[in-house]
Amino acid sequence: MAYEPVIGLEIHAQLLTKSKIFCSCSTLFGAEPNSHTCAICMGMPGVLPVLNRTVVEYTIKMALATNCAINESCNFARKNYFYPDLPKGYQISQYAQPLSEHGYVDIEQNEGRKRIGITRIHMEEDAGKMIHDEHMPSSYIDLNRTGVPLIEIVSEPDMRSSEEASAYLKRLHEILVYLEICDGNMEEGSFRCDANVSIRPRGENAFGTRTELKNMNSFRNVQRALDYEIKRQQYILESGQAVIQETRLWDDSQGVTLSMRGKEEAHDYRYFPDPDLVPIVIDESWVAEVRKNLPELPLEKRERFMRDYQLPSYDAGVLTSSRVLADYFENVANLSGKPKAASNWVMGDILRFLNEEKREIKECPILPQSLAEMIQLIENGTISGKMAKDIIEEMYRTGKPPKTVIEEKGMVQITDEAALAKTIAGVLAANTAQVEQYRGGKEKLFGYFVGQVMKATKGKANPQLINDLLKKMLTAS
Amino acid sequence: MELHQLTIHELQKLIRSKEVNSSEIVKSVFKRIDAVEGSVHAYITLMKEHAFEEAAKADRCIREGNIRALTGIPVALKDIVCTKGFLTTCGSRILHNFIPPYDATVVDKLKEAGAVFTGKTNMDEFAMGSSTETSYFGITKNPWALDRIPGGSSGGSAAAVAADECIASIGSDTGGSIRQPAALCGVVGMKPTYGRVSRYGLIAFASSLDQIGPFTKDVEDCAIMMNVIAGHDPRESTSVPLDVPDYTAFLSRGIDSFKVGIPKEYFIEGIDPEITEAMRGAMKAIEGLGATCVEISLPHTEYCLAVYYIIAPAEASSNLARYDGVKYGFRADDCKGLLDMYKKTRSAGFGAEVKRRIMIGTYALSSGYYDAYYKKASQVRALIKRDFEEAWKHCDVILTPTTPTPAFKIGEKMDDPLQMYLSDIFTISTNLAGIPGISVPCGFTRQGLPIGAQFLAGHFEEGKLIQIGAAFEKHANAKQRRPNL
Amino acid sequence: MKITKEEVEYVAHLARLDFSEEEKVKFTSQLNDILMYMDKLNEADTAGIEPMSHAIALQNAFREDTVKDSLSHELSLSNAPEARGPFFRVPKVIE
Repeated sequence: MAYEPVIGLEIHAQLLTKSKIFCSCSTLFGAEPNSHTCAICMGMPGVLPVLNRTVVEYTIKMALATNCAINESCNFARKNYFYPDLPKGYQISQYAQPLSEHGYVDIEQNEGRKRIGITRIHMEEDAGKMIHDEHMPSSYIDLNRTGVPLIEIVSEPDMRSSEEASAYLKRLHEILVYLEICDGNMEEGSFRCDANVSIRPRGENAFGTRTELKNMNSFRNVQRALDYEIKRQQYILESGQAVIQETRLWDDSQGVTLSMRGKEEAHDYRYFPDPDLVPIVIDESWVAEVRKNLPELPLEKRERFMRDYQLPSYDAGVLTSSRVLADYFENVANLSGKPKAASNWVMGDILRFLNEEKREIKECPILPQSLAEMIQLIENGTISGKMAKDIIEEMYRTGKPPKTVIEEKGMVQITDEAALAKTIAGVLAANTAQVEQYRGGKEKLFGYFVGQVMKATKGKANPQLINDLLKKMLTAS
Repeated sequence: MELHQLTIHELQKLIRSKEVNSSEIVKSVFKRIDAVEGSVHAYITLMKEHAFEEAAKADRCIREGNIRALTGIPVALKDIVCTKGFLTTCGSRILHNFIPPYDATVVDKLKEAGAVFTGKTNMDEFAMGSSTETSYFGITKNPWALDRIPGGSSGGSAAAVAADECIASIGSDTGGSIRQPAALCGVVGMKPTYGRVSRYGLIAFASSLDQIGPFTKDVEDCAIMMNVIAGHDPRESTSVPLDVPDYTAFLSRGIDSFKVGIPKEYFIEGIDPEITEAMRGAMKAIEGLGATCVEISLPHTEYCLAVYYIIAPAEASSNLARYDGVKYGFRADDCKGLLDMYKKTRSAGFGAEVKRRIMIGTYALSSGYYDAYYKKASQVRALIKRDFEEAWKHCDVILTPTTPTPAFKIGEKMDDPLQMYLSDIFTISTNLAGIPGISVPCGFTRQGLPIGAQFLAGHFEEGKLIQIGAAFEKHANAKQRRPNL
Repeated sequence: MKITKEEVEYVAHLARLDFSEEEKVKFTSQLNDILMYMDKLNEADTAGIEPMSHAIALQNAFREDTVKDSLSHELSLSNAPEARGPFFRVPKVIE
């Protein structure tokens, strides 16, 4: 029987605020354990939470970027459960009245575009970290992460393959990073993903029993875990058994999902509105204010690049993969007036240099002005494309503008017709046999002469000029 | 008269005229504590050394002419407000060793006004009780009759003021925990409007009901204390960003044109006849002062207790989840794993009444019961609030007895939680509606036990309560009595 | 009966409380009395009434996104029943 997977994702993204959601402790990652903690985030007796306004603003941003409706009024609720990384014994989250609901994003698949529904986006606080002792029956608790703001983005069960899930996850990641509200670091846990997976016979409308997958800390692992889990469920159904509704953990080293078997509590979170926090009322003017400052989103940008710069879809996709890269490209394209050349140089040499050194585009030593200038020098024939390959490497190494590099290296292209004609005459004189053959009809030899002239001019000659002169001089006499 | 017997305003006069200084007052108060604390047991922790240091500082301020609202005045704090560097137990074993790293806002404000803290007073564990019998640190006695309870949960703060073991004190009121002990101990106690006094640093019992307020020897002192502690606090989201009037300005306004509402639902069976009699006397006195008494109706009164005993435990069950033996406080020994540690710690760390309320609250919020209990109670709560809004169309303030009976005997109601809960019958509607209330002494039973009259007003109308309280007490306190200790 | 002994046990577990058999019996009976009393609420007509969660209706209480000093980890851990190095220490979850 053919089965169809049904996948929904729950994504937790840490917001890039300076301070925590309900207190003024820093959110910076990597501090000494229990040093970014205060009476409030440690849940000391008597403390009270006060909401960080920026958290609301960032969440509105994400809601707008994912086409969600923003509720006029929302509130916080307490999710009650005991765990040592949860100092108050409850997590402040949103339950009955989240900030936003009913959104979507589009993902691109081979078969075309597909719309994935977003059920809700809500704000909540992160929990601390538990470190388990290998040798002792003890665990250690670090509360630095407690109270770091999170948004939870819950999708509809709209994905039908691990590839779709992966594309959706990447799309959300890209949007969050574009909005500059999340650093998207999966390894440090600032972008986390849980998945709900079930399978059903193709054509069936009812959902199968689902499992919840956790502990997948990279894009690759999300896809691997989903693939594994889909196969596992299929095997179970095909062998006449039933899938059990449970939470399963991805085990990276074994490449399997494992049941938490009974370690889970029956969930009875006893949600109720948090009496210590007041409703958040988001009026139209606030939404308009946030909307006004919303950057262009990746998909819009991609389409604009294709339209305005006449770029192929692939180029537009690569260049808009990050906001900084897209800005870099646009600067080069606009300053040089040659978008396609700008795209080729950025996607080719620039990204290769950066990748080799694992550097980010924002660390690129070549300023957009310099690259634009170089493109113009090629255009006006001052340098050849071949020379440019050497020049750009020098520019990357030294950070110097192209003209300086060209001067220092004496690399200006020979455009003096008389001088070049003299060199060509020399080359023809030294290759009389080939000249004879050429004139005898072996026109393929033209490339050979070009090569010889380039060699004689150490690549500094303008190729167009060489072509013109060579043709003239070979057909003359 | 000795210094510890005086009021804030009387002592202020003596301080301003340089007749006495803070050290002398503090000395007098601690002498009194030494004499009577053994029989009253109002305090969990005394801050004697600290008090004398602060008194010395206050004396320097006095000499420099820098005299603020409470400069040099000995004030006691209920052991539910956090004091940086000083033990704060909330009357519980689970916090028996907890030293907060911060001060509550109310503590900041009192310090800023120059108050000298005498110590932390006894209370029902986590403010859950009406008798101060559930404290892990022993029972506080009523200074008027040592075999009786002082009321609760702020019994220690009420008894300390009644026994002159401080000049004024701070309490907290979730369902009557200031007004009920004030009535039973014969002192003035005010629960301000919800959001008027910051809850930051007040250990939470039921967050939507809790409010801090003062215990004082008279209404003028109440106004002075309110001037110090009221006001918006950016550290509390439910703190109200409104200006605070000068409450002392209401003291001498009289109640000439006041309409005083008498809710018919409050004069029910089961009230001690001596209390009913005292109320009749109070009405007569009020009318004698120029006000008119009118009958009003608060039709949802009969539901108050049920609403309260769902909402308060529900919030408490969540508020008390943080006491888990991980970050602070008591942790049980010999635990086999995490779950065992949680259960042993909480079972041994909390007393019976706290556990009972955690159980009720957890049940009321649990899957399948939320709508029937918590949601239903929250809806009826809205109706109770609406009753009061309707009432203010017909009167300025409302008069009720503070308690249905005078102070009962120690141990009398400990095994019957429902009977114990009924002693809050007249005070809890105030917290549910978030309105302010004051209990003012209103005479004595033939046995010599104090009786309290409760006045209620609309949101942020504490001024009206000061106004009528001050006018009324002049009449009622015609013959000043003191407990015989 | 509003609540059975088994429900008392379930609720006690949710609240991380342990009771002796004797206490369970006593609690079951006391909770039953209290919950019976709560039934009174069913008499109140609450059709169309919004549940009230705050006594005073406020909205949008915010703080600005600024960092202030945290407690030192010494002070953070000063009340800990058990600490090791910069960490709180608890017994492991037993599986």
